[in-house]
Amino acid sequence: MATAAADITDHHDDHGPAKGIGRWLFSTNHKDIGTMYLLFSLVMFFVGGAMAMVIRSELAVPGLQFVDPGFFNSMTTMHALIMVFGAVMPAFVGLANWMIPLMIGAPDMALPRMNNWSFWILPVAFGILLSTLFMPGGAPASGWTMYPPLVLQTGDAFPFLIFSVHLMGISSIMGSINVIVTIINMRAPDMSLLKMPIFVWTWLITAYLLIAVMPVLAGAVTMLLTDQFFGTSFFLAAGGGDPVMFQHIFWFFGHPEVYIMILPAFGVVSEIIPTFSRKKLFGHDSMVYAASSIAFLSFIVWAHHMFTVGMPLTGQLFFMFATMLIAVPTGVKVFNWVATMWRGSMTFETPMLFALAFVFLFTIGGFSGLMLAIQPADVQYHDTYFVVAHFHYVLVPGSIFALMAGAYYWLPKWTGYYYNETLGKLHFWMSTIFVNVTFFPMHFLGLAGMPRRIPDYSTQFADFNFIASIGAMGFGLSQLIFLLVLLTAKKGAKADDRVWEGAHGLEWTVPSPAPWHTFTTPPKNRIAEESF
Amino acid sequence: MSLLGITFASAAQAEWQLNMPTGVTELSAETYGLHMMVFWWCVAIGIVVFGVMIYSLIKHRKAAGAKPAKFTHSMTAEILWTAVPVVILLIMAVPAAETMVKLEDSRDPDLTIVITGYQWRWHYKYQDEGLDFYSSLALPSLEARGKQSGIDPNTVDNYLLEVDRPVVVPVGAKVRLLVTSNDVVHSWWVPELAIKKDAVPGMVNEAWFRATETGTYRGQCTELCGRGHGYMPIVVEVVEPDAYQAWVDTRKDGAPQVAATQ
Repeated sequence: MATAAADITDHHDDHGPAKGIGRWLFSTNHKDIGTMYLLFSLVMFFVGGAMAMVIRSELAVPGLQFVDPGFFNSMTTMHALIMVFGAVMPAFVGLANWMIPLMIGAPDMALPRMNNWSFWILPVAFGILLSTLFMPGGAPASGWTMYPPLVLQTGDAFPFLIFSVHLMGISSIMGSINVIVTIINMRAPDMSLLKMPIFVWTWLITAYLLIAVMPVLAGAVTMLLTDQFFGTSFFLAAGGGDPVMFQHIFWFFGHPEVYIMILPAFGVVSEIIPTFSRKKLFGHDSMVYAASSIAFLSFIVWAHHMFTVGMPLTGQLFFMFATMLIAVPTGVKVFNWVATMWRGSMTFETPMLFALAFVFLFTIGGFSGLMLAIQPADVQYHDTYFVVAHFHYVLVPGSIFALMAGAYYWLPKWTGYYYNETLGKLHFWMSTIFVNVTFFPMHFLGLAGMPRRIPDYSTQFADFNFIASIGAMGFGLSQLIFLLVLLTAKKGAKADDRVWEGAHGLEWTVPSPAPWHTFTTPPKNRIAEESF
Repeated sequence: MSLLGITFASAAQAEWQLNMPTGVTELSAETYGLHMMVFWWCVAIGIVVFGVMIYSLIKHRKAAGAKPAKFTHSMTAEILWTAVPVVILLIMAVPAAETMVKLEDSRDPDLTIVITGYQWRWHYKYQDEGLDFYSSLALPSLEARGKQSGIDPNTVDNYLLEVDRPVVVPVGAKVRLLVTSNDVVHSWWVPELAIKKDAVPGMVNEAWFRATETGTYRGQCTELCGRGHGYMPIVVEVVEPDAYQAWVDTRKDGAPQVAATQ
């Protein structure tokens, strides 16, 4: 063990990180780039969160108190774009950068310079997107789905919206290429594909999804651009085009996109639950097959976002049946997590608490997803707060909680110290209580008939809206505790290599904090003892 | 005294409505039935899964002295929890598909209304009666909706859900809707009729309903259509056939556009 650790670190004492800002601007180190991704996504999480606070303040009571309807629409649009492309996706790329090389025993990502580029595009992309808030005509206000013809009514912000979406896509595609090349080529010699940790597996699948669908989104928004400025009529009925075609293309991207945001979350949770159950992951291989099935199905269900748009009956039947099928592999995942806990020896540190809340609350989001798959019922749910409740359940206590779980889980590996467990638990309980206070009443609002994306509502919706707004403020404030955890991250006890008693995997064989360079020689014959 | 009235009015309007309305058409009731069926399946599955999980969380704690077992897979369990959900899904899918077939059948309508979405109001054209009109947000709501308008929404009847000219249809008649748009995509939704159909420029969508009870049913535009999206409600008044005929006749005379029941 000691010799192994020496192997890992000794060679590179002579060239550590560069000093000053150059270390970050020109970085080709997967750990530094991972850190930058994570910090960037945290900033975006708070920016997007601030917009959510504007939305919930306006919706707290009936009547218009703070913002104009146009600005309200900008807030819902920007909140979604920033949370999806700026917070959740880059956060998972950050985890991938940090952890994939450590988990597969690689010295770095396969394409380190491209890694630098794919990160540094992001601040530019979001700088452009945020700058539209100050432009004549205001920020984009057509929803993150950018449906034409409405999106073509955007003011000066329009080309900037398209350009920033292009940049986000380029960044994602490059990040994905890097992940795939790294995983395929740089695994430790005795790590066969089916011996890879589930987090690596889910990211491999996610990266393929990204490469498949980001160009589709780029194509769709480029057609919007030419419709607006170059006289084409892809989506304009007056010129022989079809507005619904945009929705088909968008959701062909959009549905895999939602799995892009949840598959790595599955991966994180599949690492954490075995560790704190002190028991191997139940059904490792079936987890892989389930994730692959979900990825495959994600390409053939897109029109369930469009059940009210007017489609032939056979089309609606196909998309309903295909959508319902997703429940099967998703169920397999949940059952496997429960079976992993079964007859384990569980302890409940913060990462485990977040992972358990993930399983409970993501499953609730899955239930409402199954309800939404039933086409006649979806006609009643579609574009109401029921849908808002559904996707926030899978994205906030789903993706975001998995990210929080992952951050707490690997933080000691990154910093070398245990975070403050009391603060972590406080963060967990506050988040879990308030996330439910915020989003659960939204189910009722939607069923009672409140459409989404409206700045004001009839008085019969007042009570649940008020509760949701209280919850949102509480959830927003609770996230400040996480900042406190990060600020005090190096004040705790020193962490050893293993960090958690039940942890297994190559990342736990390197010192804590992980040195700037790891696995410069591939680890040999260590997979069997470490792998689940 | 008036203050007391307002308090009571707002308390009455604060309904705490939890569930989807059953609605007033055969298909809205079927839709509600499907919704409840899937809901109860989810509750049942939830009780089993969360039950096992909570039992495990209590029993299999390290603090309770649990020692970790070694098993990593079980073919029987895995086949079982793949096959059983498939069966449950089939049980859900069959009635859903049956309802969908009925929803499509808009043949032989008694009445056809062409609905056109505008930013931000609706236009209704009764195809055979030769009458048409715009339907916009009613004045009391319009006055109260402004930012810091100084008017308490609780004092406005049906705030944001009232129009100047409602759609009037006879009870028991099969009403076919042809839905389209003049500018951006809108969506015409009345929960009690279980109809939500997108109004897409350049495209005519079809929907139908047969209301079984007279009454006033309210809905809203449900596809983001710009800054007035929250302010284009829908009101459908279902009346007795002779009241409907009287309404058509007065409208044809160009008389004040007030619904028969108001």
